[in-house]
Amino acid sequence: MNYIKKVLGEDLRQYTMVVALAALIIIFNIASGGKMVTSSNFQNLISGNAYVLVLALGMLMVIVIGQIDLSVGSVAGFASMVMAITARQFNLPWYVAILIALVIGMIAGAWQGFFLSRLGIPGFITTLGGMMIFRGGVIWISNSISVPVPSELKWFGAGYLPEWGPAFTGMNNSTLLLGIIAIAVFVTAQLRKFTHSGDVTGKKEEFWPYAVRIGIVSVVIGYATWLFGSGRVGTSFPIPGLILVILIILYYLITERTSFGRHVYAVGGNKAAAELSGVNVKRTYFLTMLNMSVLAAVAFDVYNKKNRG
Amino acid sequence: MSDGYILQMKNITKTFPGVKALSDVTLEVSEATIHAICGENGAGKSTLMKVLSGVYPYGSYDGEIIFQGKKMAFKNIKDSERAGIVIIHQELTMIPELSVTENIFMGNEIVEKGLINWEKQRKRTRELLKEVGLHIDPNAIIKNLGVGQQQLVEIAKALSKNVKVLILDEPTSSLNESDSENLLRLMIGLKKQGITCIMISHKLNEIAAVSDYVTVIRDGKTVDGYAVEAGRVDENKIIKAMVGREIENRYPEHTPKIGEVILEVSDWRVEDAKVPGRMLCKNSAFHVRAGEIVGFAGLMGAGRTELMRSLFGKNMGIFRGGNMKIRGREVKINSVREAIRNKIAYVPEDRKGLGLNLLDTIRKTVVSANLDTIKTKGLLDFDKERAASEKYRDSLRIKCRDVGVGVNTLSGGNQQKVVLSKWMFTEPDILILDEPIRGIDVGAKYEIYKLIHELADQGKAIILVSSELPELLGMADRIYTIFEGSITGEISAKEATQEMLMKKMTITA
Repeated sequence: MNYIKKVLGEDLRQYTMVVALAALIIIFNIASGGKMVTSSNFQNLISGNAYVLVLALGMLMVIVIGQIDLSVGSVAGFASMVMAITARQFNLPWYVAILIALVIGMIAGAWQGFFLSRLGIPGFITTLGGMMIFRGGVIWISNSISVPVPSELKWFGAGYLPEWGPAFTGMNNSTLLLGIIAIAVFVTAQLRKFTHSGDVTGKKEEFWPYAVRIGIVSVVIGYATWLFGSGRVGTSFPIPGLILVILIILYYLITERTSFGRHVYAVGGNKAAAELSGVNVKRTYFLTMLNMSVLAAVAFDVYNKKNRG
Repeated sequence: MSDGYILQMKNITKTFPGVKALSDVTLEVSEATIHAICGENGAGKSTLMKVLSGVYPYGSYDGEIIFQGKKMAFKNIKDSERAGIVIIHQELTMIPELSVTENIFMGNEIVEKGLINWEKQRKRTRELLKEVGLHIDPNAIIKNLGVGQQQLVEIAKALSKNVKVLILDEPTSSLNESDSENLLRLMIGLKKQGITCIMISHKLNEIAAVSDYVTVIRDGKTVDGYAVEAGRVDENKIIKAMVGREIENRYPEHTPKIGEVILEVSDWRVEDAKVPGRMLCKNSAFHVRAGEIVGFAGLMGAGRTELMRSLFGKNMGIFRGGNMKIRGREVKINSVREAIRNKIAYVPEDRKGLGLNLLDTIRKTVVSANLDTIKTKGLLDFDKERAASEKYRDSLRIKCRDVGVGVNTLSGGNQQKVVLSKWMFTEPDILILDEPIRGIDVGAKYEIYKLIHELADQGKAIILVSSELPELLGMADRIYTIFEGSITGEISAKEATQEMLMKKMTITA
């Protein structure tokens, strides 16, 4: 037990979800006769659910500040509908279209953030109203007719990393590169942590827990790389997955390494204490709601449009 | 009826883990009188009333309660209310979104054939409101009433329960003057109807005005009881009884090195945001020098906290004017952020409610009021954060396994050290400490006192707000007294005595 704690850290409870996930994968792999752990299933899982995870990134912060955003679906729909219609009308390139969607998300978020932060109306009410308004907005501007989005956007929702380089690797080389980068980043971070481990206490930690950690994580990433990279020809790690990874890194930095992130947790933990520590509570509320709606607009971009039409 | 007393509490002893809140307290109340109970904050007044009203059930304390000649064993508030003892707490306990009628009959509805008879309830409410002299619609929503009116509705609610003994815990602490007078008049009226009132208060002028008998409680013991003749109280006698404990050598030795004036406040006025017209600070003026510890003596609700939080970025009440100078330069501070930037720090009195985010770790708490200092290239630097928290862990001797553990795992004294670290990390010139040792054990108190001295020696201007007089006399170099929002006196700590301070804290000079 002591050895396990040295590798995983003192608080083992934080791994409950990891264990649960592993158990689910194993159970369903057995129940489905091995169809669970296959390349195509994992690729589909990622591209089919990336939008949920993008929304979760924003919703995490919204829930931390003690609010809820019920309007994400409607905001996503409204932003994408405005984007689709303007793009078709003016024949806009895809990147301008995405920009339009993000701006619409921002306006929607500012609207809801305003009610919460300035007028003190709870997020539940504000966003329930937002849900109705933006859903109505979609029907109104589209006349209930579906409008196609610029075709490049399909790549964001269902595309795969490109194929290139030698074939002897036996898998998609983009995915392989991604896996190698991931392992390299983890190894560097661990080695850096090890070299600095004695800086404050003056006592250097043992190296073996670091080695074990590096070993385990490398195997897991390596296996995932192989799983995603060795599927059917033309498939690889999905593009929505890549966008998701970038967003996860970005939001890790925002929540953990910026003042804003700290303020979000401070307001959520004790609003009065946060205020007395110089946190602008209203601004934190506003920005958190704004961010959620922007992510709702982003979520649409990684929505798998090929499978769901 | 035994000896003309409606209520006797005999030899009540109540222990909490580690603390003896009440020891051998005896209280005897005669029928149809107004009985005042006074004592310092934390003396045990509220605990005694909680024992009486069944908040602490029979069996959790020692001693006996005799009510109307019968021994009582209240298991909960319902029991005591059925017997006719009703307590009105300092913080009102009504539901703000409901109407007067609904609140008065909450949990006590007039039910006929399974349905509430609203007609009867409203009729009875109208009668009750008339009795307390309140002319409002029974359907009025509580939150639309003033605090004074709400207080009267609480009393009406008590009357609806056929009250014999009405306990009022600091009934006027949140009222303005005319509402207070109104309430006191009503108490006299109730007395004439044969209702006994027990009033907890430390406003001696109010006690003098209405009460027939005073019991003084100090450190969980009954100290003295006086019958009051014709509405006159010997205030000096009560003050002496309230504070009359020996000052032990609980404060470290210290020779102050006092320098130039750092903070100067004049004509500071703050109005209560909840009670229009009630001033929390009335033309307050004071100054603090470098290296000086200035005490603010005042009882709870006197406006000390309100004044400090108003200085700290207009954080409380509505600012109605005043000037603030830091090192002779006039400053206008409108937010906590600006206050921090102007090198002011405020350690709040309610550690868990206002000082800490209990979900945070020590390291995150220490840096939380000054995140900019630990940034590298715009991102928070965990190495700097760890270094900062380790520094204070060493210098303040915060007892913890690691700075990465949650602050909720720490003892009160260590939590307070973390809060102090958080504010020391902002490198303030002016440090406002609001009841910094509340709820801390004796050993930790001494360490925090020493720390306050060290900070003063570094040339910081220190404001120490406290309702414990020995603490102020032991720690401060100069003391201001506050009563009902006014600064009523300024005394050098060498010349001050507890009696002198208590007098200025309870009566307007």
